[in-house]
Amino acid sequence: MSIFPPEQRIWWKEPIERSEILWVVIALVWCLILFFMMPYWHIVGEQNLTNEAYRIKPEAFAKRTEAFAEKYKVREEGDTGIPVVRPPAGSDIYMLGRLWEWWPVLELQKDKTYRLHLSSLDWQHGFSLLPENINIQVHPDYEMVITIKPNRSGEYSVVCNEFCGIGHHTMVGKIYVVDK
Amino acid sequence: MTINRDFRTCPDTGFKIHLPADKLIKWNAVSGVVFLMIGGLFGIAVALTRWPAVHLLPADWFYLALTAHGLDVLLVWLIFFEVAILYFASSVLLGSRLASPKAAWAGYWLMLIGAVMTNIAVLRGDSSVMFTSYVPMKAAPDFYLGIILFAVGALLACFVFFGTLVIAKQEKTYEGSVPLVTFGATVAAVIAVFTIAAGAIILVPTLLWSVGYISHIDTLMYKVVWWGMGHSSQQINVAAHIAVWYALAAILFGAKPLSEKVSRTAFLLYILFLQLASAHHLLVEPGLSSEYKIFNTSYAIYLAVLASMIHGLTVPGSVEAAQRKKGFNKGLFEWLRKAPWGNPAFSGFALSVVMFGFLGGISGVMMGTEQLNIIIHNTIYVPGHFHATVVTGTTLAFMALAYWLVPTLWQKELVLPGLAKWQPYLFGIGMGLVSVFMMGAGTLGVPRRHWDINFADAVMGYDFPGAAHLMMGLNGMAALMGALGGAIFILNMVGTILWGKPKTKAAEEEAPAPAPEPVVATYGNAGTMAVPGTFTLAMVFLVSFVLYYFVNWKYLAGVWPLS
Amino acid sequence: MEETQANSGGADEPIPFMQQLMDNPFLLLFIGVTMPTVFYILWGIMEITAIPIAN
Repeated sequence: MSIFPPEQRIWWKEPIERSEILWVVIALVWCLILFFMMPYWHIVGEQNLTNEAYRIKPEAFAKRTEAFAEKYKVREEGDTGIPVVRPPAGSDIYMLGRLWEWWPVLELQKDKTYRLHLSSLDWQHGFSLLPENINIQVHPDYEMVITIKPNRSGEYSVVCNEFCGIGHHTMVGKIYVVDK
Repeated sequence: MTINRDFRTCPDTGFKIHLPADKLIKWNAVSGVVFLMIGGLFGIAVALTRWPAVHLLPADWFYLALTAHGLDVLLVWLIFFEVAILYFASSVLLGSRLASPKAAWAGYWLMLIGAVMTNIAVLRGDSSVMFTSYVPMKAAPDFYLGIILFAVGALLACFVFFGTLVIAKQEKTYEGSVPLVTFGATVAAVIAVFTIAAGAIILVPTLLWSVGYISHIDTLMYKVVWWGMGHSSQQINVAAHIAVWYALAAILFGAKPLSEKVSRTAFLLYILFLQLASAHHLLVEPGLSSEYKIFNTSYAIYLAVLASMIHGLTVPGSVEAAQRKKGFNKGLFEWLRKAPWGNPAFSGFALSVVMFGFLGGISGVMMGTEQLNIIIHNTIYVPGHFHATVVTGTTLAFMALAYWLVPTLWQKELVLPGLAKWQPYLFGIGMGLVSVFMMGAGTLGVPRRHWDINFADAVMGYDFPGAAHLMMGLNGMAALMGALGGAIFILNMVGTILWGKPKTKAAEEEAPAPAPEPVVATYGNAGTMAVPGTFTLAMVFLVSFVLYYFVNWKYLAGVWPLS
Repeated sequence: MEETQANSGGADEPIPFMQQLMDNPFLLLFIGVTMPTVFYILWGIMEITAIPIAN
């Protein structure tokens, strides 16, 4: 029994029943498939995270984001005072997380590619783009650059899904995707 | 110094039990159950707050309760009970004296003091930083100190375990290799040592930072090392509860492993690869390469998943072989139909195997896939997954073991045997539904650790679909069902220990678990029974696994292209 | 092969390497701590330290 020592002194050489071997082989094949799906998706799939990242001081990132927002600001979001920024297609775009907002609001064109820079000015935040359900961790002192290509127009929300203190549940940002 | 060599013989099992070990097993197990109760109460408060129509707690209390819930059940309850299992698997199963009961008691008190200290820090309200305590969010120094003390205590317990293995071998209390269950416990202890080392590497500097001696802790470094502890501590659970599965199969059915070689090799794969999966938490972090992510998140080509799939066949397979030997040979499933479904030690064990595999295992592999993690990370799908693994898998297995262990060690009858029959179903199915509803809500993007998905106080909001609100409500209801099951368990255990009638010879026959009797005589299953029933179930599992896995790739393929 | 099987368990047959490995808890401890320390922690820290500074 499993709660007693093996009866045979040498159990390594005991024969294994066929169905057990068969299962091990089947499971191993499945594990190989599971493994190779990841490199395979890097080759053929369209949803892969970049490894492009940099160290950056929060102040420096804030400055870049502010300059970016000022340059491409088109209006303000309702009466919130938060700028809505419409950068040209293909450009570098910035969004920062801080207690407790995602800033600024972005307006992007459908089917155009952008290089999205994400970083935090204080604690860690979770960039959760809804209803797409794309989730990326945002750290202070590190900047992640992701190439995105919005393929449906509409109004998207960015919810924070990394706990960041008492106002965490109020931290919501916005991305508009427009047809042209 | 004299060595305590006092033993008693267990009247049910015939095991020689070292008296200091007996007492340590009892104290550690009971302390675990107390923290299960405390953590469970916080859990109810959390579930009721996330039920949108109830929304029980205010925000600050919610984050406090969630921090305490995570710590008390995920860490304190499980590790205390695992220490009891380590002492049981070494001292009792090997019939050996426990190495240094003094060190074991020191470990116990360190764990208890640490757990209480961290709980006080959290309850004070200035350390609501969640179980993960990601820097640069700062908790009070005693929050970290408590966890460190707890970990040092657990490390002492691991050393006592390894010391007992050495003593048993030297004093020749057994011959040949250790029992499979003890081997599984060894794997758990090995993982525990790595877990605690990683915890020390990160929490000691964090403590110093919290006091003010260190000015900066790198957030990415913290996360890498912290998850070396955070995820590995859950891998201790996996190794421990699989050892418990094998133990229960042996205790309830007299089952022996289909093959020592296969089962032990599967455990060896855990030692080699299981802990690499700490990278599951780093798949959408900046700066880590895909090579690092793919290698680690896949436990190097999924070899630890292979090990789990092997245990998934060999554990029920050993039960099937034992049952068929007893004559339950009709068709594919007579052995399963005629199993003692009214015995909570069996029903808890069976539900634990099924739900750990189908709910916890499949979801874990899916969301641990590098790219698929993008549509899962930090949504409430994640707690959905680990409630399946840690609650319906580990906790339920430990409960099932307790139904045998507590009456046996204390030599008392269960106080509420009628309710105990229903307990694993209430708790298991309730918590299984909790997992399912959380996973469902997570696929709709509902965030974890979030007080208000209606965003009532937010400048801008987001309207979650009605289904998300519905599932969070159902989650609350299922949590109540599970909590009822949990309450019955705790009532039964505490009641039995305090007021249970001493066991009599007659009562023994009706005791929930019969004493073990070996039914399968020889080793190597080539000569014994084939297990067609288990193989069929395993194929059902595989088909579910394949379908669910590829459905999620299809979801992923539908979102915005990213690179 | 028949003969080896009949002999297995014989008092004089040497214990196979893999069985010796699994019977040695301290070897297992060494492997179980080294593997994740090297592949998970050290590799991870190396990658983090290699992240370039933004220009």
